[in-house]
Amino acid sequence: MHRLYVLPTLIINAVIIAIPALLTVALAFFEWDGISTPVFVGLDNFRALWDDSVFWTALTNNIIWTLIFLTVPIAMGLLAATMMLVARRGSKFFQVIYFLPVIIATAITGRVWQAMIYSPVTGVTGLLQRMGIDISNPLTETSSALYGIAVVDLWHWWGFLCVIFFAALRQVPAEQIEASRIEGATFFQTIRYVLLPGIMPTITLMMIMTVIWSFLVFDFVYILTQGGPAYSSEVLSTFAYRSAFYDLAVGKAAAISVVISLFGLAATIFYIRAQATEFEK
Amino acid sequence: MNISESRLTFVIVYITLSLLLVITLFPIALTVLNALKPSAEIVQNPLALPSIIRWDNFTRAWTDANFGTTLVNSAVLTGLTIILVCTTGSLTGYVLARQKIKRWKILTFYLLASTTAPIQLFLFPLYFGFARFGLVNNPVAVAFIYTAVYSPFAIMLLRTYFLAVPKELEESALIDGATHWQVFRRVFLPIVSPGILTVALIVGLNAWNEFLIATTFLQGQDRLTAVVSFFLLSGQYSSDWGEIMAAALIIILPIVILFVLLQRHFIEGMAGGSVKG
Repeated sequence: MHRLYVLPTLIINAVIIAIPALLTVALAFFEWDGISTPVFVGLDNFRALWDDSVFWTALTNNIIWTLIFLTVPIAMGLLAATMMLVARRGSKFFQVIYFLPVIIATAITGRVWQAMIYSPVTGVTGLLQRMGIDISNPLTETSSALYGIAVVDLWHWWGFLCVIFFAALRQVPAEQIEASRIEGATFFQTIRYVLLPGIMPTITLMMIMTVIWSFLVFDFVYILTQGGPAYSSEVLSTFAYRSAFYDLAVGKAAAISVVISLFGLAATIFYIRAQATEFEK
Repeated sequence: MNISESRLTFVIVYITLSLLLVITLFPIALTVLNALKPSAEIVQNPLALPSIIRWDNFTRAWTDANFGTTLVNSAVLTGLTIILVCTTGSLTGYVLARQKIKRWKILTFYLLASTTAPIQLFLFPLYFGFARFGLVNNPVAVAFIYTAVYSPFAIMLLRTYFLAVPKELEESALIDGATHWQVFRRVFLPIVSPGILTVALIVGLNAWNEFLIATTFLQGQDRLTAVVSFFLLSGQYSSDWGEIMAAALIIILPIVILFVLLQRHFIEGMAGGSVKG
């Protein structure tokens, strides 16, 4: 029975993802320190989150993060991809360079930005300060820590979108572009009425994925600020991680994870719908 | 295909693209520049050229990040993950491409959904479960976690390669008396091998760079991956940043070389599977 070929995948998936995920949902209703016997507490974990200001900060930060990443990197990616299409010569070269940050480990990118750019001692910020420019390390201010982290993730991420959009733009039939030129469309009209509609499915898919990823963001926050200072850059995933492994409040961590998953689930439904139409073909 | 002929448009386009190029390369250039400097000069001016080139930054980084062990750990973990994902993934991709998708819809949707599941949804019970069974600090166990996490993407990508294989090829082999296993091994695998290479590269890249799972499950001094070892080295209070930038380059360099040589596969795979690292 060759259908049994799916078994290895399914068994690994069940043991690593499906069963622990169900356990997490169950654990959200228990109090557990990871060692002793879990105690059933009903909705207490969720009630505690409701009254916890850090939870609301984290949730707000995730929403701000989503809004930033729905706009800035997508706009940058579209701009650069369209320009690469116009430039043609050298577009391969630009594409490879723009993609470099995507392949560098997040831990390394985080530390390079932290020490070489943001640090007032070893970074460019410090150099500017010594030159008399009034500038501070964004990661150490409660008002700017989240944005300081977002800049690093933007640098790391926008090139990916640019490469995807560029690949999609090149699929737009050349005749359509030729035709619009012959009809006398200006440069911007061609972009607005031919190129953008041509790659709309790609843009939509990337926006759905952005929403999903924005609720999963962990690495850069954990590496750069650990959610600080004073929880100002906390996001749900770092909040859950700290609750589980630092405070040993696994039930609370599970409850946060369930909240993250609910937000992700809404976007996932759109994602599956978008993908399903492709599978019908 | 010409979208614009005007000279002004071209000037603006190249200026913008070059500006983005500078933004992209600036932190990378800083890393390279400061990896060659004594740390006192970094404190003075991170942008200045080194007065003397300190190659010993690299040798000290090698010792302090314990790269002799940790790079091997990363390579073993990455290799195991690639093997596991490619074998299990191509088997599943074959079945999904060859069955009427309606009957396999649930499985397909389940796999799609699990590409978007947050790691935190399964991390905590998994960690405490692994701890109970003594699987923490075990690279094979972590390779299985990576396999579960990266498989859905790999399967979706491989499925499209399997779909492109003509049905007649399979049917005639079956009529000639070949078993499904033989068809899979002798007919399909050679044809879809470019897809498997792409999957191996993307999965390898992700496993090599992965942080959250590695830092949670591999904490023993002799079990650390190169990336986690770098993270710990750079988190110490009195840090020698010249040495740390050298350590960063040691981890990045093999990836960049592979990427430049095989960029078409990388970009195709990333675009096809839409994974975020």
